[in-house]
Amino acid sequence: METVDNILEIHNLKTYFFTEDGEVHAVDGVDLEVRRGETLGVVGESGCGKSVTFMSVLRLVGMPGRIVEGNVVFNGQSLLELPESEMVQIRGNKIAMIFQQPISSLNPVFKVGDQVAEVFETHQGLNHEQAVQRAVEMLAQVGIPDAKRRAESYPHEMSGGMAQRVMIAMGLAMTPELLIADEPTTALDVTIQAQILDLMRALKERIGMSIVFITHDLGVVAEMADHVAVMYAGQIVEYTDVGTIFREPKMPYTQGLLGSIPVLGVIKDELDSIPGTVPNLVDPPNACRFAPRCRARVEHGLTICEQAEPQLLPVGSTTHKVRCWLYHDCPSLNYVAPHSTGIAAEPRLEPSATPARA
Amino acid sequence: MEATVSQAPTTQSDSQRDLLVVKHLKKYFPVRGGLLKRVVAQVKAVDDISFTIRKGETFGLVGESGCGKTTAGRTILRLIEPTAGQVFFEGKDIAKAKAGEMKRLRRDMQIIFQDPYSSLDPRMVIGESIAEGLVAHGIGTAREREQTVLRVLRDVGLHPEHARRYPHEFSGGQRQRIGIARALALRPKFIVCDEPVSALDVSIQSQVLNILRSLQRQYGLTYMFVAHNLSVVEHISDRVGVMYLGKMMELADREEMYSNPLHPYTKALMSAIPIPDPNLKRERIILKGDVPSPLRPPPGCVFHTRCPIAQKGLCDKEIPAFRNVGQTREHWIACHLVGDKEGN
Ligand SMILES: Nc1ncnc2c1ncn2[C@@H]1O[C@H](COP(=O)(O)OP(=O)(O)OP(=O)(O)O)[C@@H](O)[C@H]1O
Ligand code: SF4
Ligand SMILES: [Mg+2]
Repeated sequence: METVDNILEIHNLKTYFFTEDGEVHAVDGVDLEVRRGETLGVVGESGCGKSVTFMSVLRLVGMPGRIVEGNVVFNGQSLLELPESEMVQIRGNKIAMIFQQPISSLNPVFKVGDQVAEVFETHQGLNHEQAVQRAVEMLAQVGIPDAKRRAESYPHEMSGGMAQRVMIAMGLAMTPELLIADEPTTALDVTIQAQILDLMRALKERIGMSIVFITHDLGVVAEMADHVAVMYAGQIVEYTDVGTIFREPKMPYTQGLLGSIPVLGVIKDELDSIPGTVPNLVDPPNACRFAPRCRARVEHGLTICEQAEPQLLPVGSTTHKVRCWLYHDCPSLNYVAPHSTGIAAEPRLEPSATPARA
Repeated sequence: MEATVSQAPTTQSDSQRDLLVVKHLKKYFPVRGGLLKRVVAQVKAVDDISFTIRKGETFGLVGESGCGKTTAGRTILRLIEPTAGQVFFEGKDIAKAKAGEMKRLRRDMQIIFQDPYSSLDPRMVIGESIAEGLVAHGIGTAREREQTVLRVLRDVGLHPEHARRYPHEFSGGQRQRIGIARALALRPKFIVCDEPVSALDVSIQSQVLNILRSLQRQYGLTYMFVAHNLSVVEHISDRVGVMYLGKMMELADREEMYSNPLHPYTKALMSAIPIPDPNLKRERIILKGDVPSPLRPPPGCVFHTRCPIAQKGLCDKEIPAFRNVGQTREHWIACHLVGDKEGN
């Protein structure tokens, strides 16, 4: 078997929020890997658990949320068991995170130059003067014109694009091995987004870091990612390389999503649409989360989708994984998939689920 | 006919063809400051734009945040009073409409808002919300209004029993459908759709776009579709206008606009759209800098501070005329340096 060098591996991660309405299964059994030097694109709609997954990786999920199960391995080291003091080191030196709302992620009462400088002071032990010097260089590197003067600005004096550059400068000030970018361009105009994406690509080349790029924009994924994970209702439903996800999506949700977006230069009379709405994540049933909206399930007359949760397993190539009963058999329910890959899933079964008689 | 240079698109207006004619529309918002709250500046949100919308078409208005597209839509409906300019609906100058006529016009011209959450009254069941306009206009008996509510609910793919529920019981996509149903209840001729899908989940957007299109066919509606997403606008529109800092930069029919953009701003904008096809290699035009503040728009061409081809002494001094450079089909641009011949 091919050995791959993963900088980050997430195994069966579950993060729940314990609310008055019940347990919100925000992240419900996520398996993922980020290969060293690559960009992993994570796509999914609002509320599907993208942010909570990576907040969990950094152990930044607060009450009423809690990681209830799973393992996160960074550079061979299991993060969930580390003492908090070591976790602080990782967050400060190895893994940087930038957020969707750049302006609100910056401290409003400090000049942006000082905020970047602080990263140099705490993580590289520079004195204030040296740190400010490095901060100005860093701001210039991320394309802020007249960086020396700009370093004196407060966050509210900056446009969204400028503030996002400052966030990137802060993220990079510690030369991280892994950058987690959570919708870094969603709040920006497209011409500014183009500048930021360009910058991130250039910096990745230069510093050689790995990136997790979280977005709901499939266009951005096509442009930035090497591998792609599609998330739906707290789970990864498809994972493969970027070429395959657009050429041969297998999971009905991925297929529906790709068919439903208008694409520049492609005129269609009508867009495909996925019926229904995104499910809420409170106490989800032991079933495919997409089943209520899935046309393939109806076309193939599958009942298993509502009886047992499909698992993320390979289809064809070992690097293409899908969570869907169209592709995997279930011997304990005597089920053979319509597009069987010969791979069997062993789902958790309710006591009431009796095997269909052979 | 020779290309008419330096004239607004409205000079070719044709009352058979056009539903709405907008001439030299301006909306400046005063900015007050100091102790006496005197007007210290003007935000030129919409600064002299002219265009026509034809009967039965979808006119898309695109641009980045703050370019004035939403203000343009609202000023046309007189939800905001224009600073200057004229709007003709079916040949009638809206500003001169008498009270009775204006009431009629208000029925004919409706709007769908971006935010399906704040645009519905949380204390009203949605049947009431939908019928509100009918009641205000004194249309129909209670029974007829109920029939209308049921009809429009069905039109947007909702069920009769939904009429008795409150807004919080609906998802974003469903609320946006309710917004559409509300606009439809008055049987309007014209609907301004202001970013109607941008607050929705990706998998829900296409449901709403498909509904808008099928209703247009069914009722012969005319839309003005205001949005920042160029791919969505391409999908839905027949003709498209591109705005930047309060000005119309380019206007053409969809195919012409997307296959042959002439204005350097439009070109950059289109090249900046990420396309969901990893094999597609395109040349990307990266614009320098940020959009300037509409409080202090640059002199000359408002785009010159970011324009890759701007010419010193010309673009930073003189405002380019909005002119039709198309030969066989209309193609309007505001640029000194491109477009003297079609395909330039
Ligand atoms: N503090 C909290 N309390 C309760 N539920 C929460 C909390 N934070 C997040 N959630 C829930 O967890 C789920 C996943 O949220 P998350 O923010 O990870 O989604 P996302 O995929 O990042 O969405 P978006 O695209 O909108 O950023 C959602 O259903 C959300 O409502
Ligand atoms: S498991 Fe069944 S319901 Fe789920 S995506 Fe596959 S076919 Fe559809
Ligand atoms: Mg998020």
